Amino acid sequence: MSFASGESHESSSGRERPGDARRVDGNAAGGMFSEIFVPDLTSARAKCAGCGAEGMIGALPVYAHGMGTVVRCPKCDRVVLRVARTPQHIWLDATGATSIVIPRGT
Amino acid sequence: MIDVVAETSRTRTLVLDVPEWPGHRAGQHVDVRLTAEDGYQAERSYSIASPPEDGHLSLTVEELTDGEVSPYLSEVLRSGDTLELRGPIGGYFVWDVPVGGPLLLVGGGSGIVPLMAMLRHRNAALGIDTDARHRLPARLLYSSRRWDEVIYRDELARLAEKDPTLEVMHTLTREHPEGWSGFSRRIDRMMLEMVAWPPSEQPRVFICGPTPLVESVATALVELGHNPALVKTERFGPTGGSV
Repeated sequence: MSFASGESHESSSGRERPGDARRVDGNAAGGMFSEIFVPDLTSARAKCAGCGAEGMIGALPVYAHGMGTVVRCPKCDRVVLRVARTPQHIWLDATGATSIVIPRGT
Repeated sequence: MIDVVAETSRTRTLVLDVPEWPGHRAGQHVDVRLTAEDGYQAERSYSIASPPEDGHLSLTVEELTDGEVSPYLSEVLRSGDTLELRGPIGGYFVWDVPVGGPLLLVGGGSGIVPLMAMLRHRNAALGIDTDARHRLPARLLYSSRRWDEVIYRDELARLAEKDPTLEVMHTLTREHPEGWSGFSRRIDRMMLEMVAWPPSEQPRVFICGPTPLVESVATALVELGHNPALVKTERFGPTGGSV
């Protein structure tokens, strides 16, 4: 799924401030994931390669900044998924996830 | 864009006609992209306020004091303008009648938007079938700072008034009107214990709003014994930015 014009763009992030109040969750990354995955990823289950905890991606903590997006494990805080976008590429690092289980049929 | 409706002094609903819109489920959102005349682009995510039954797509936008996109969306856009949008997005934080209930919605500030889509859908889908409404009761606990900042205030009152199976409870955290009989503090475990169905009823729970509110409510509900698999969360950052 992509915007109609198909141009690359900077994601505007405003003023970055660390801390809980700025953190969102996997729901907010749903649109970005739709550039990589065909099915909805927010309803997929990811298993943390660090501690084995499983969670639905929509509920996992997500930190985003101009360069990229990081999905973290809520239990051990390790990076489960990392996505960076450059004008020519999307970089996906899924090494922090042992598995991603995506429901079929919707 | 077809229409702009003022909701509160700081929020507006944009009513859009989207050609070939595929339909959506309550709880989903869209990513909106704005392009300025100089080519600068910004993207933000907005929850869909309208139920799937509506012919048009409604987005309720809150103006944030440090937002660079929201003043544009909430003040500058006029009927006849066009927006680029991507969606509908999301399959986790969604509810429709087949999912079942009881339905417990907990919202803070602009977190009410996807919850309102769920309530509007419930109202449209169940229609005049009072038995169906009784089988699928709904409760909303909505936290706002002040009474005049409560989004959809009048519509919520109308929905609750004509539907005894819908209960709407407000908490106002900064100021409340004289004679106020609702809650007047931040949502806490004690308030949730009063408002929520017991875990044995297995309510479907949706919590949406600022991250700290969402997390404290989710934690409290799980501590009260609710099944975490039935408690779904959507955390809004302060500017509602997409990633």
